[in-house]
Order: sequence, then structure tokens, then C-alpha cells
Amino acid sequence: MMRYLSAAAAGVLFALGLAVSGMTKPAKVVGFLDLFGAWDASLAFVMAGAIGVHFVAQRLIKRRAAPLFDGRFHLPTRRDIDARLVVGAVLFGVGWGLGGFCPGPGLVSAGSGSSGALVFVLGMTVGMLAEHWGVRLTSSRGRVS
Amino acid sequence: MHDFTPWSALAGGALIGLAASLFLLTHGKVAGISGLYGGIFRREASDRGMRAAFVVGLLAAGVALRVAAPGLFSTSWSASLPLTAVAGLLVGFGTQLGNGCTSGHGVCGLSRLSVRSLVATGSFMVAGFATVYVARHLLGGGR
Repeated sequence: MMRYLSAAAAGVLFALGLAVSGMTKPAKVVGFLDLFGAWDASLAFVMAGAIGVHFVAQRLIKRRAAPLFDGRFHLPTRRDIDARLVVGAVLFGVGWGLGGFCPGPGLVSAGSGSSGALVFVLGMTVGMLAEHWGVRLTSSRGRVS
Repeated sequence: MHDFTPWSALAGGALIGLAASLFLLTHGKVAGISGLYGGIFRREASDRGMRAAFVVGLLAAGVALRVAAPGLFSTSWSASLPLTAVAGLLVGFGTQLGNGCTSGHGVCGLSRLSVRSLVATGSFMVAGFATVYVARHLLGGGR
């Protein structure tokens, strides 16, 4: 039970941070990405605040033998830079610039009932399923040939 | 520069950092929202219930904030619904292909000094800047 409650609590806290920082306003996000227009630098401060806290906290947390509600840590170990990473990030960046939503603010705003965010989350879910399907398709083809 | 809100941005950012830290402390995982949400739909998904609980937390906070502080969602600009759907498709596909978004690569990855996350964050930032430049200043689509 504590596993689920703590995950939900982290989700609530994350959503509060996104809303307080202005990330749930697409206009503000696009204002930040509008480097050559009336640039609003606020979102750089969001990143600075988040990384400032997490940089220190994650170092302290990783000194533990294990997290509270799991047997061990499951942190990414890959170090290679491949085309999937860069192409994926670029596609994400284009979508972020077009809609002003990244996944977290999209979900929080969908919870708030915003029709734009609901459409965004629907599109995002379809895009995710398409990627999963594409990976299954190419990997099963790889096995056949 | 208009609408510059450095203090609320810094405070909200600190809350995001705390949330990612709480998740790491309790579950030992990176709090990457695209990964946690997308993982719910993977056939081989592990921890589907825990992932869903995190997403329910995000959505429930959205419901509560709509009542408590609707101004946090008000917006002077939003993309048209068809464009928003296309944006969603790109964000969904791209974050699964590139293994992360603003939270997983941007906040958690940079905090962990991950080179992969630095490359990803640089790539999506530059793509975002370029997209808004083209949409707003070359095509004049943005209001």
C-alpha cells in the first residue's frame, strides 16, 4: 500500500511544482522557447530550482543500500549516444514547441479538464503506442531474417 | 521580456526537484514522466500499479488545482486542437524513442550528470527553439 501511496504523493508534489512554476501554461512555455521574440527566461529558473534540489538530494539518497519500498535502485546505466536518442529528442522538441506541453504538464492540465490538454494527452498516448508497436515490428522482423 | 516570474519558477522548480527525490527515495527510479506513463502501455510493463498511482497523483492534483487555483491553467495562447493533436503525437513518439522528456532527461538526468541526458536535453531544447522560431517568426502562425 505504501508503494502506491508514495508514488501518488510524488505525482501530486510533481504536479504542484509544475503548476506553481508556470509549466501548465502553454503560453509561458512557448514564451520561453521564443528565444528570438519576447523571450521569457522563467523556465530556466524552473530547471535551476529542480536540478539544484535534486542534484544534492539524489547523491544523499543513493548512499542508502536500497530505496524504501523496493529491493534495489533501478537507475539508467546506458552511456551510448545513438541516433534513437537524438532523433527522439528532436521529435519531442518539435512537438513541445508546437503545443507548449511536455508530458507532465500535459497530464496535469488534462486533470484540470483543459480540452487542449485532453487532446494533447490522447495524441501523446497514440504516439507512444505507435513507437512501442514500431519497435515490436522491427524486432520481430529482425528475428525472422 | 514580459511575464518574467523568476521566484515562482524557482520555487516550483524546487518542488519538482523534491518530488523527483521523493520518488527516488521510495522507489529507486528516475521520475521521468514520459517513461512512467508510457510504461503503463508496454506489454512487458513492470510495476504497472505503481506507475498508474504516480499518474493518478498528477491527474488528481490537476483536478484539485482547477478548483483551488484555476489561474494556474489560464492561458493567453494555445495551439489549435488539430495542431495540439499533432504535437501530442510527436511528443509521445519522440519521448519513447529517445527514452525521456523534460523530467527524465532534463531534471533527473542532468542532476545525475548523465551525458546521454545532456545530449537529449540539448537536442529537444534546440528543436523547441527552432520550432517556435519557424512557427512564430517565419510562418507567423503563433499569435
